[in-house]
Amino acid sequence: MPLLQNPFGIHERALTLRDMRNTILAANMANADTPNYKARDINFRDLMQGTANAEMMTATDRQHIQSSFGAAGGHLLYRMPNSPSLDGNTVEVDIEQNHFADNAMRIQATLTFLNSRIKGIKTALRGE
Amino acid sequence: MSFFDVLGISGSAMNAQMIRMNTISSNLANTGVAASSAEEAYKAKRPVFRTVYDNAVDSYRAGVTVERIDFNQKPNDRRFEPDNPLADENGYIYISNVNSIEEMVDMTIASRAYQGNVEAINTAKKLVLNTLRLGQ
Repeated sequence: MPLLQNPFGIHERALTLRDMRNTILAANMANADTPNYKARDINFRDLMQGTANAEMMTATDRQHIQSSFGAAGGHLLYRMPNSPSLDGNTVEVDIEQNHFADNAMRIQATLTFLNSRIKGIKTALRGE
Repeated sequence: MSFFDVLGISGSAMNAQMIRMNTISSNLANTGVAASSAEEAYKAKRPVFRTVYDNAVDSYRAGVTVERIDFNQKPNDRRFEPDNPLADENGYIYISNVNSIEEMVDMTIASRAYQGNVEAINTAKKLVLNTLRLGQ
Protein backbone atom coordinates (compact mmCIF):
# COMPACT_ATOMS: atom_id res chain seq x y z
CA MET A 1 0.00 0.00 0.00
CA PRO A 2 1.94 3.00 -1.26
CA LEU A 3 0.32 5.52 1.04
CA LEU A 4 1.66 3.77 4.12
CA GLN A 5 5.02 2.83 2.64
CA ASN A 6 5.90 6.41 1.86
CA PRO A 7 3.32 8.42 3.71
CA PHE A 8 4.83 11.84 3.23
CA GLY A 9 5.91 11.55 -0.40
CA ILE A 10 7.90 14.48 -1.75
CA HIS A 11 6.80 16.75 1.06
CA GLU A 12 9.50 15.47 3.37
CA ARG A 13 12.27 16.52 1.01
CA ALA A 14 10.44 19.74 0.16
CA LEU A 15 10.25 20.65 3.84
CA THR A 16 13.96 19.93 4.34
CA LEU A 17 14.91 22.14 1.40
CA ARG A 18 12.47 24.88 2.34
CA ASP A 19 13.81 24.84 5.87
CA MET A 20 17.35 25.19 4.56
CA ARG A 21 16.34 28.07 2.32
CA ASN A 22 14.68 29.68 5.32
CA THR A 23 18.00 29.59 7.17
CA ILE A 24 19.92 30.93 4.16
CA LEU A 25 17.53 33.85 3.72
CA ALA A 26 17.61 34.64 7.43
CA ALA A 27 21.42 34.66 7.24
CA ASN A 28 21.24 37.08 4.31
CA MET A 29 19.01 39.43 6.28
CA ALA A 30 21.23 39.10 9.33
CA ASN A 31 24.25 40.10 7.26
CA ALA A 32 22.60 43.07 5.56
CA ASP A 33 25.21 45.43 7.02
CA THR A 34 28.29 43.20 6.96
CA PRO A 35 31.01 44.51 4.61
CA ASN A 36 31.82 42.12 1.72
CA TYR A 37 29.05 39.64 2.55
CA LYS A 38 27.52 38.12 -0.58
CA ALA A 39 23.84 37.17 -0.54
CA ARG A 40 23.30 33.41 -1.09
CA ASP A 41 20.38 31.32 -2.19
CA ILE A 42 19.57 27.87 -3.55
CA ASN A 43 17.68 26.88 -6.67
CA PHE A 44 14.80 25.02 -5.09
CA ARG A 45 13.52 23.53 -8.35
CA ASP A 46 16.90 22.02 -9.32
CA LEU A 47 17.46 20.58 -5.86
CA MET A 48 13.94 19.19 -5.74
CA GLN A 49 14.29 17.50 -9.12
CA GLY A 50 17.68 16.19 -8.10
CA THR A 51 19.33 17.58 -11.23
CA ALA A 52 21.71 19.62 -9.09
CA ASN A 53 23.12 16.49 -7.47
CA ALA A 54 25.52 15.90 -10.36
CA GLU A 55 28.35 18.00 -8.88
CA MET A 56 27.73 17.07 -5.28
CA MET A 57 30.90 16.42 -3.30
CA THR A 58 31.14 12.91 -2.05
CA ALA A 59 33.56 11.65 0.56
CA THR A 60 35.27 8.70 -1.12
CA ASP A 61 38.04 8.37 1.42
CA ARG A 62 38.14 8.12 5.18
CA GLN A 63 40.26 11.30 5.36
CA HIS A 64 37.86 13.41 3.32
CA ILE A 65 35.98 16.05 5.22
CA GLN A 66 32.33 15.15 5.46
CA SER A 67 30.03 17.85 4.27
CA SER A 68 27.10 18.14 6.59
CA PHE A 69 25.23 19.97 3.86
CA GLY A 70 23.49 16.85 2.75
CA ALA A 71 20.87 18.18 0.41
CA ALA A 72 22.62 21.34 -0.77
CA GLY A 73 26.33 20.49 -0.74
CA GLY A 74 27.99 22.94 -3.11
CA HIS A 75 24.68 24.27 -4.42
CA LEU A 76 24.67 27.55 -2.65
CA LEU A 77 24.44 30.16 -5.36
CA TYR A 78 25.13 33.88 -5.22
CA ARG A 79 22.35 36.35 -5.79
CA MET A 80 23.03 39.00 -8.43
CA PRO A 81 22.30 42.37 -6.83
CA ASN A 82 20.35 45.09 -8.63
CA SER A 83 22.51 47.77 -7.08
CA PRO A 84 25.61 46.53 -5.28
CA SER A 85 26.78 48.78 -2.47
CA LEU A 86 30.24 50.29 -2.04
CA ASP A 87 31.20 48.08 0.90
CA GLY A 88 30.96 44.95 -1.25
CA ASN A 89 27.73 43.74 0.34
CA THR A 90 25.14 42.36 -2.10
CA VAL A 91 22.20 41.96 0.28
CA GLU A 92 19.10 43.92 -0.65
CA VAL A 93 16.93 43.66 2.43
CA ASP A 94 13.55 44.22 0.75
CA ILE A 95 14.25 41.48 -1.79
CA GLU A 96 15.40 39.10 0.93
CA GLN A 97 12.31 39.86 3.01
CA ASN A 98 10.16 39.20 -0.02
CA HIS A 99 11.83 35.81 -0.60
CA PHE A 100 11.64 35.03 3.10
CA ALA A 101 7.90 35.70 3.24
CA ASP A 102 7.35 33.66 0.08
CA ASN A 103 9.39 30.78 1.47
CA ALA A 104 7.59 30.87 4.82
CA MET A 105 4.26 30.70 3.02
CA ARG A 106 5.41 27.67 1.05
CA ILE A 107 6.63 25.97 4.23
CA GLN A 108 3.18 26.59 5.65
CA ALA A 109 1.67 25.03 2.53
CA THR A 110 3.91 21.96 2.89
CA LEU A 111 2.93 21.66 6.55
CA THR A 112 -0.74 21.82 5.54
CA PHE A 113 -0.21 19.05 2.97
CA LEU A 114 1.56 16.92 5.58
CA ASN A 115 -1.20 17.54 8.08
CA SER A 116 -3.90 16.43 5.68
CA ARG A 117 -1.84 13.33 4.79
CA ILE A 118 -1.58 12.42 8.45
CA LYS A 119 -5.27 13.06 9.00
CA GLY A 120 -6.11 10.94 5.96
CA ILE A 121 -3.98 8.02 7.17
CA LYS A 122 -5.48 8.26 10.65
CA THR A 123 -8.97 8.16 9.21
CA ALA A 124 -8.05 5.18 7.04
CA LEU A 125 -6.57 3.31 10.01
CA ARG A 126 -9.55 3.93 12.23
CA GLY A 127 -11.92 2.80 9.51
CA GLU A 128 -14.77 4.74 10.97
CA MET B 1 16.14 20.75 12.54
CA SER B 2 17.40 23.99 11.26
CA PHE B 3 14.35 26.12 11.93
CA PHE B 4 16.13 26.71 15.19
CA ASP B 5 19.20 28.01 13.33
CA VAL B 6 17.17 31.03 12.32
CA LEU B 7 16.82 31.94 15.97
CA GLY B 8 20.60 31.88 16.43
CA ILE B 9 21.37 33.73 13.20
CA SER B 10 18.77 36.46 13.61
CA GLY B 11 19.60 36.67 17.31
CA SER B 12 23.26 37.34 16.51
CA ALA B 13 22.18 40.06 14.09
CA MET B 14 19.91 41.63 16.72
CA ASN B 15 22.81 41.64 19.14
CA ALA B 16 25.10 43.28 16.55
CA GLN B 17 22.49 45.89 15.65
CA MET B 18 21.99 46.60 19.35
CA ILE B 19 25.73 47.28 19.76
CA ARG B 20 25.44 49.59 16.76
CA MET B 21 22.52 51.40 18.42
CA ASN B 22 24.62 51.79 21.57
CA THR B 23 27.54 53.34 19.68
CA ILE B 24 25.08 55.66 17.92
CA SER B 25 23.66 56.82 21.24
CA SER B 26 27.18 57.39 22.63
CA ASN B 27 27.94 59.43 19.53
CA LEU B 28 24.76 61.47 19.81
CA ALA B 29 25.31 62.02 23.52
CA ASN B 30 28.78 63.36 22.75
CA THR B 31 27.75 65.74 19.98
CA GLY B 32 29.47 69.08 20.48
CA VAL B 33 31.40 67.99 23.59
CA ALA B 34 34.64 69.95 23.95
CA ALA B 35 38.10 68.82 25.05
CA SER B 36 41.50 70.43 25.64
CA SER B 37 43.41 68.67 22.85
CA ALA B 38 42.72 66.99 19.53
CA GLU B 39 43.75 63.61 21.03
CA GLU B 40 41.35 63.88 23.93
CA ALA B 41 38.42 65.09 21.84
CA TYR B 42 35.64 62.57 21.25
CA LYS B 43 35.76 60.70 17.95
CA ALA B 44 32.61 59.15 16.52
CA LYS B 45 32.55 55.35 16.90
CA ARG B 46 31.20 52.90 14.38
CA PRO B 47 31.08 49.10 14.70
CA VAL B 48 32.34 46.94 11.81
CA PHE B 49 30.39 43.71 11.34
CA ARG B 50 31.80 40.34 10.32
CA THR B 51 30.10 37.15 9.22
CA VAL B 52 30.57 34.14 11.51
CA TYR B 53 29.99 30.62 10.26
CA ASP B 54 29.09 28.05 12.88
CA ASN B 55 31.01 25.41 10.96
CA ALA B 56 33.71 25.90 8.35
CA VAL B 57 32.40 23.09 6.16
CA ASP B 58 28.82 24.13 5.62
CA SER B 59 28.77 27.81 5.13
CA TYR B 60 25.12 28.64 4.93
CA ARG B 61 24.54 29.25 8.62
CA ALA B 62 25.99 32.72 8.66
CA GLY B 63 25.53 34.80 11.78
CA VAL B 64 26.99 38.21 12.52
CA THR B 65 29.37 39.53 15.10
CA VAL B 66 30.95 42.91 15.77
CA GLU B 67 34.55 42.55 14.64
CA ARG B 68 35.85 45.86 15.94
CA ILE B 69 34.80 49.42 16.59
CA ASP B 70 36.27 52.00 14.25
CA PHE B 71 36.82 55.63 15.12
CA ASN B 72 35.97 58.34 12.66
CA GLN B 73 39.33 59.75 11.49
CA LYS B 74 37.91 63.11 10.48
CA PRO B 75 40.00 65.81 12.26
CA ASN B 76 38.22 67.39 15.23
CA ASP B 77 37.07 70.96 14.78
CA ARG B 78 39.12 73.55 16.68
CA ARG B 79 37.40 76.60 18.10
CA PHE B 80 38.95 79.73 19.61
CA GLU B 81 37.40 80.15 23.06
CA PRO B 82 40.04 81.54 25.43
CA ASP B 83 37.48 81.95 28.26
CA ASN B 84 36.55 78.28 28.24
CA PRO B 85 38.16 76.46 31.22
CA LEU B 86 39.04 73.59 28.86
CA ALA B 87 40.98 75.83 26.45
CA ASP B 88 44.63 74.92 25.77
CA GLU B 89 47.50 77.43 26.16
CA ASN B 90 46.66 79.00 22.78
CA GLY B 91 42.99 79.43 23.73
CA TYR B 92 41.55 76.64 21.56
CA ILE B 93 39.05 73.95 22.43
CA TYR B 94 38.50 70.80 20.36
CA ILE B 95 34.98 69.68 19.50
CA SER B 96 33.89 66.06 19.00
CA ASN B 97 33.64 65.09 15.33
CA VAL B 98 30.13 63.57 15.53
CA ASN B 99 27.84 64.41 12.64
CA SER B 100 24.39 64.13 14.17
CA ILE B 101 22.61 63.86 10.80
CA GLU B 102 24.72 60.83 9.85
CA GLU B 103 24.01 59.31 13.26
CA MET B 104 20.25 59.80 12.93
CA VAL B 105 20.25 58.16 9.49
CA ASP B 106 22.34 55.28 10.83
CA MET B 107 19.94 54.88 13.73
CA THR B 108 16.99 54.53 11.36
CA ILE B 109 18.85 51.87 9.35
CA ALA B 110 19.86 50.00 12.51
CA SER B 111 16.34 49.98 13.89
CA ARG B 112 14.88 48.77 10.59
CA ALA B 113 17.47 45.99 10.42
CA TYR B 114 16.61 45.02 13.99
CA GLN B 115 12.91 44.90 13.17
CA GLY B 116 13.58 42.75 10.11
CA ASN B 117 15.41 40.19 12.23
CA VAL B 118 12.66 40.16 14.86
CA GLU B 119 10.20 39.48 12.05
CA ALA B 120 12.34 36.56 10.82
CA ILE B 121 12.43 35.07 14.33
CA ASN B 122 8.67 35.43 14.72
CA THR B 123 8.05 33.70 11.39
CA ALA B 124 10.47 30.88 12.23
CA LYS B 125 8.82 30.47 15.63
CA LYS B 126 5.38 30.12 14.05
CA LEU B 127 6.70 27.54 11.57
CA VAL B 128 8.37 25.51 14.34
CA LEU B 129 5.16 25.49 16.38
CA ASN B 130 3.13 24.46 13.34
CA THR B 131 5.62 21.66 12.61
CA LEU B 132 5.40 20.43 16.20
CA ARG B 133 1.63 20.39 15.93
CA LEU B 134 1.70 18.18 12.80
CA GLY B 135 -0.92 15.45 12.96
CA GLN B 136 -2.75 16.83 15.98
